[in-house]
Amino acid sequence: MFSRACQRLLLPRYLVQNSSKVLLSSKKALPVYTKNFTKFSNYRFYSSKGDVKLTSEVYPSLKRFEHFKRLTSDDIVHFKQVLDNDDNLVLTADLDFFNEDHLRKYKGQSSLVLKPKTTEQVSKILKYCNENSLPVVPQSGNTGLVGGSNPVFDEIVLSLANLNKIRSFDNVSGILKADAGVILENADAFLAENGFIFPLDLGAKGSCFIGGNVATNAGGLRLLRYGSLHGSVLGLEVVLPDGTVLNSLNSLRKDNTGFDLKQLFIGSEGTLGIITGVSVLCPTRPKAVNVAFLGVESYEAVQKAFTESKNYLSEILSAFEFMDLNSQKLSKEFLKQKSHPLDEEHPFYILIETSGSNKDHDDVKLESFLEYAMENEIVSDGVVAQDETQLKTLWNWRESVSEASTIYGGVYKYDVSIPIQDLYRLVEDVKVRLSDFNLIGETEEFPVKDAIGYGHIGDGNLHLNVAVRRYSKEVESCLEPFVYEWIKKHNGSISAEHGLGFQKKNYIGYSKSDIEINLMKQLKKLYDPKLILNPYKYINFDK
Amino acid sequence: MSSNKLRILVPIKRVLDYQLKPRINKTNDGIITTGVKFSINPFCDIAVEEAVRIREKNADLVDTVHAVSIGPLKSQDILRSSMAKGIDSSTLIETSEKDRELEPLIIAKILKKIVEKNNSNLIILGKQSIDDDSNQTGQMLAGLLNWPQATNAAKVELNPSDNSINITREIDGGEDIVNAKLPLIITTDLRLNEPRFATLPNIMKAKKKPLEKLKVGELGINLENKLKILKIEEPVQKQPGIKVSSVDELIEKLQEKKLL
Repeated sequence: MFSRACQRLLLPRYLVQNSSKVLLSSKKALPVYTKNFTKFSNYRFYSSKGDVKLTSEVYPSLKRFEHFKRLTSDDIVHFKQVLDNDDNLVLTADLDFFNEDHLRKYKGQSSLVLKPKTTEQVSKILKYCNENSLPVVPQSGNTGLVGGSNPVFDEIVLSLANLNKIRSFDNVSGILKADAGVILENADAFLAENGFIFPLDLGAKGSCFIGGNVATNAGGLRLLRYGSLHGSVLGLEVVLPDGTVLNSLNSLRKDNTGFDLKQLFIGSEGTLGIITGVSVLCPTRPKAVNVAFLGVESYEAVQKAFTESKNYLSEILSAFEFMDLNSQKLSKEFLKQKSHPLDEEHPFYILIETSGSNKDHDDVKLESFLEYAMENEIVSDGVVAQDETQLKTLWNWRESVSEASTIYGGVYKYDVSIPIQDLYRLVEDVKVRLSDFNLIGETEEFPVKDAIGYGHIGDGNLHLNVAVRRYSKEVESCLEPFVYEWIKKHNGSISAEHGLGFQKKNYIGYSKSDIEINLMKQLKKLYDPKLILNPYKYINFDK
Repeated sequence: MSSNKLRILVPIKRVLDYQLKPRINKTNDGIITTGVKFSINPFCDIAVEEAVRIREKNADLVDTVHAVSIGPLKSQDILRSSMAKGIDSSTLIETSEKDRELEPLIIAKILKKIVEKNNSNLIILGKQSIDDDSNQTGQMLAGLLNWPQATNAAKVELNPSDNSINITREIDGGEDIVNAKLPLIITTDLRLNEPRFATLPNIMKAKKKPLEKLKVGELGINLENKLKILKIEEPVQKQPGIKVSSVDELIEKLQEKKLL
């Protein structure tokens, strides 16, 4: 695992790559978030056509729940009191950062952002909101990809940013207890000092909070090795919609005493309760990490490489990612690099990472795998990182694809689970469909620039990104429900790891049965009868 | 003997990886070296890249490109990696793990022997290593061999017409362009080039390239360091500043600290 002690590869700040005016606004400096200079902080990557449209305007059929109260100045006075009359904790102006998602696809109309500092304050706020039928959107790092952490109408935004302390760490068991608002990268840096690693890693690590990661059951780059948060989270501190504080942060590896309630909240996307504290079991930090970046000629070769890598690398394999050629072309443009790690173009690329306790052993294993792969023509070309700097560079070619997809203006993201053999066919079918609808092309008149595929193939998880010059209903209706129906036909999941949020709440039926959906609704109504917590998301309660 | 052709020598060093934070050992006289990643010194990597590029651009002018490293057995990793990038052959001068690290002057004396053994006429090495930041080895070697030296190179151009080389050097005021005939020592600076990745086919081929091993004690050089490290300590942590809420408060604080 590369060291967190040093500054991450500082990427140049991006100018929009098209004909319209350059929009780099430093007016929207974000005081709290500048501590970690990351891809997402400080500057917003702007969609080419100026301001973001209000979600309520883009989806006019959506109606604000009538039983929700509207905010009054008395409410604001009350919240100010709860939050020690500190003006930094109660924001009523310049709320674009909180109202917009970072893909600049969704925008809410909240007029109040609260930033409590303690669990008790969160509890008081929720209790009051519940009593007064005031809707609340819990917000972590606001790096979600399905609009799940932004208001739709005038919901109050409750930001977890100020609950950012690491509470304790036991370096015998590896159990970390921390506030929900701790930035993932910071948690990992802390663990690195102690010889441990956070069992989750993803591109937004410099901005996302662990509370949000848990609430969305984030998958990330190392699920292959460390498993899902459903396994590594040992306990949670959650504030229920009525203000009750549920504290199950007892950090026991094994505890079979009753229903495992925390599992309900992991992946609940802030609709059952607000996570304020997390207890995570952390593995020891690997001493030796290797990264190989390979070029292969077909999707079959990708699958073959995966099978063989499991054979040869087995317990040291910690990540297996794939990307198609066009995703690397976008990355190259985005990163403004003159050359790619591999000289020639290949239809597919693979990034393999190994992590182990002994460099010499791992080197031998990796070498024998690579030799086998080259000799048997599974792999055409590749490079191996010689030091940490090259390791970061290679990872960057993979991690930057997500943001690179937005450089032409915006992106439609589909994060899906499909049986591995069929996985890439979705990308091909979508390209054909976009072409049939005459929506994809190289010039400005076409809304779509490209459809690319990449992702955690080791987990059967594809990220299909349709890079667009502008968001439009035309493109959306061409893609949806086509993509979801395709997934259903192949018995896949319409949201492998990004969650349902706002974007996919209407499509849960493609992956879950009516019975399952009904049980979920029952639980939601049980914990949140007034539906105040993150309304209009996750499960459809719209009339 | 084709004495006009280039016989390039690239000395390289294995150091604590550039991205890692060094930790001081318990006896405060060195850094912790167990369980941490070691890699090629970034400036040495640039030297390897430059040597390989010179060969690629002037194949008929270059006879051999040879790398040498003075260090523990594990240094063969960086030699293999360099050969995967295009170095023809290499030598490892093995030091014992228990030996204290050798000073630049001793390294220079060892390199002098290697230069004479290989009849090298162009030595390209990193300007300094990131562990001791001495920036001395290249210059001392030039002194011992009585050769010209061009340090902190940002650009290297061959002039085959008169067997000389133009080197653009980084200096405080900007750039300094010097010209020298062979034999010559060049030390590399950051802007010189961007090292390539070692590709798989070449990594496989490099396994068959010659890597000779010598023991440092066999060279007949006195290995006693003239300098003794008394203590290593971390730099003083920068104290956080304080935020003031008004100009008046700022003036007050400055006066308190007797700065106004």
